[in-house]
Amino acid sequence: MLSWLDANTASLLNGLALAAVLFLIAVGLSLVFGTMNVLNLAHGAVSLTGAYVGVALLGGQPTMGNFLVAVLIAAAIGVLLGGVLAAMTSVVDDHLRQALLTLGIALIAGDLLREIFGADVESVPAPIGLDGTISVMGNPYPVYRLAIIVVSAVVAGLLYLVLERTRIGAIVRATVADRAMVEAIGIRTSLVLGGVFGAGAALAAVGGLLAAPVLGAQPGLDDTVLLLALVVVVIGGLGSLRGALVGALLVGQVQTLGVVMFSEYASFLLFGAMALVLLIRPRGLLPARTAVHT
Amino acid sequence: MSAKVSGVESDSDAGYALPPPRLSRQVVLPRVAVGLVILVLASLPLFLAPYPIGLAGRILAFALLVVSVDLLTGVTGMPTLGQVAYFGAGAYTAGLVGIHVTDNAVVQLAMGTVVAALVALVTGAVAVRTSGIVFLMVTLAIGELAHQLVDSWALVGASNGLAGIPAITVLPGGEPLLLAGFLYWWVLAVFLLGMLVAWLVVASPLGRSMKGVRDGEQRLRALGQQTYPVKLLAYVVAGALAGAAGTAWAAQTRFVSPGDLGFDIAAFALLSVVLGGAGTLWGPVIGAAVVILVRDWLASYVDGRGALMLGLLFVIAVYTLPRGIAGARLPQRWRTGRRAR
Repeated sequence: MLSWLDANTASLLNGLALAAVLFLIAVGLSLVFGTMNVLNLAHGAVSLTGAYVGVALLGGQPTMGNFLVAVLIAAAIGVLLGGVLAAMTSVVDDHLRQALLTLGIALIAGDLLREIFGADVESVPAPIGLDGTISVMGNPYPVYRLAIIVVSAVVAGLLYLVLERTRIGAIVRATVADRAMVEAIGIRTSLVLGGVFGAGAALAAVGGLLAAPVLGAQPGLDDTVLLLALVVVVIGGLGSLRGALVGALLVGQVQTLGVVMFSEYASFLLFGAMALVLLIRPRGLLPARTAVHT
Repeated sequence: MSAKVSGVESDSDAGYALPPPRLSRQVVLPRVAVGLVILVLASLPLFLAPYPIGLAGRILAFALLVVSVDLLTGVTGMPTLGQVAYFGAGAYTAGLVGIHVTDNAVVQLAMGTVVAALVALVTGAVAVRTSGIVFLMVTLAIGELAHQLVDSWALVGASNGLAGIPAITVLPGGEPLLLAGFLYWWVLAVFLLGMLVAWLVVASPLGRSMKGVRDGEQRLRALGQQTYPVKLLAYVVAGALAGAAGTAWAAQTRFVSPGDLGFDIAAFALLSVVLGGAGTLWGPVIGAAVVILVRDWLASYVDGRGALMLGLLFVIAVYTLPRGIAGARLPQRWRTGRRAR
């Protein structure tokens, strides 16, 4: 057991780092579906936009300050894009037309990003101080990936606290459960929903930026990220924070440890796992308790 | 979703409102229109160059795939991204039969359709237990798994694709169809056959049950009808049609690659249905034609910006055509008798 752990530590940690990024990206997709009942297929494009913010702003050896500024700018752009998407999807009620609209936006965004940044793979450096390696059980491991795991865990904790313990969180949950009632006590639900959409898109953009030093930025990455995020939220259960976390952890390990252990079947593992989970638990592992879906 | 404006449906529905012997305008007009469209489609090789004819053939094959998606998405209310799996099953079967057994297109069509239907039966038996978004994601998984399978399976050329498919013959011992026009006529024949099957299914008792599942599955159950067999049968029929479309694709391109089963094809097939008008049969065909024309033809005039053009098309369509192309409002005098519903 110990020798197995020793041999696979790097894969396990890589899986955790991937899970961390996937959680940041997928949680927005999940919450937007839970609150607004909108299937946002432009989510991957928002995330890729975040990665290209890093490409545009960070070159050479960015300091921690530079990196934080880039994160803030990515978040701001995310909020903006989320607001636009919320406004555009608010008049479209059925899922298929939402898919048509948001995939159309994703195609336009992907084409514009390719026009601006070219078709090559761009890389983003990790900030100074996090660009080295650290010894984990005797093997060197990149510090930056450990930092992503920590950041994502902190964000998950904060999101949980905000949603479960604050007035704003209570309003969001109430909007999910009964929109008309929240409207009746004098709260503009369209603002609540726009806020959730903006926050979700900001998280996706930040997730894309944080992932850029590991995954890079290139055309087509938006589709990959979107598919992975969809798998995460479907496995975890649409509309649930804990579900997104569990789904991300599972997909992260399937994509790294699973690929190392069952390399022959590597390409089947992800969607095989998703099909299996859905056939056993059609609503996902941890579906939202309060969400009202029709 | 419940846009009921198709020529097909108004045909069958009109049967209730009108005494059968009287051939009224709303019975005759669609038939004349269908006849004219078939005539125009059949005469295309007489005045189009080989490249546009190849494009037209690809549109027809893709349109049949889109119709199979519509049978599930629009008619039965089960949005799917998985029909590419059966399209691929048909295309690869036809290609393998062509390389190893016979270049007879009829045999390839039959084999491809049967294999696709069998694959649909096995996978559908589990998939149709789910519904809504979950069904969409399960079918996405089916499509992606099929994509990965052919991408890694050496027997079918893996990621290189299946190349070296010989030109098809239609009659036993006949000449291989090398001219684009003859090949197009074969693809058109497969397309029309597929459309006929789809139309017959929609007009049959099975089709009524499929619409029942879409409009109120619980109600159908409450009336004592089991819905699982309906959904599975619909799934198998749709799979068979996608397989037939795949054989036509393979006959035309003589090369099948894993990319033909990709997520983008699955997404474009589903979006063609929405764009054209889910639930009608002719709407999605036009949707498919528009998508392929914009992506492959119009894009060549605007410096390869196919994705951008498609994106703009989708966004504009969502706001201007809430019920798809088939639901577009025609001037009042064109819609005689269609308001009674």
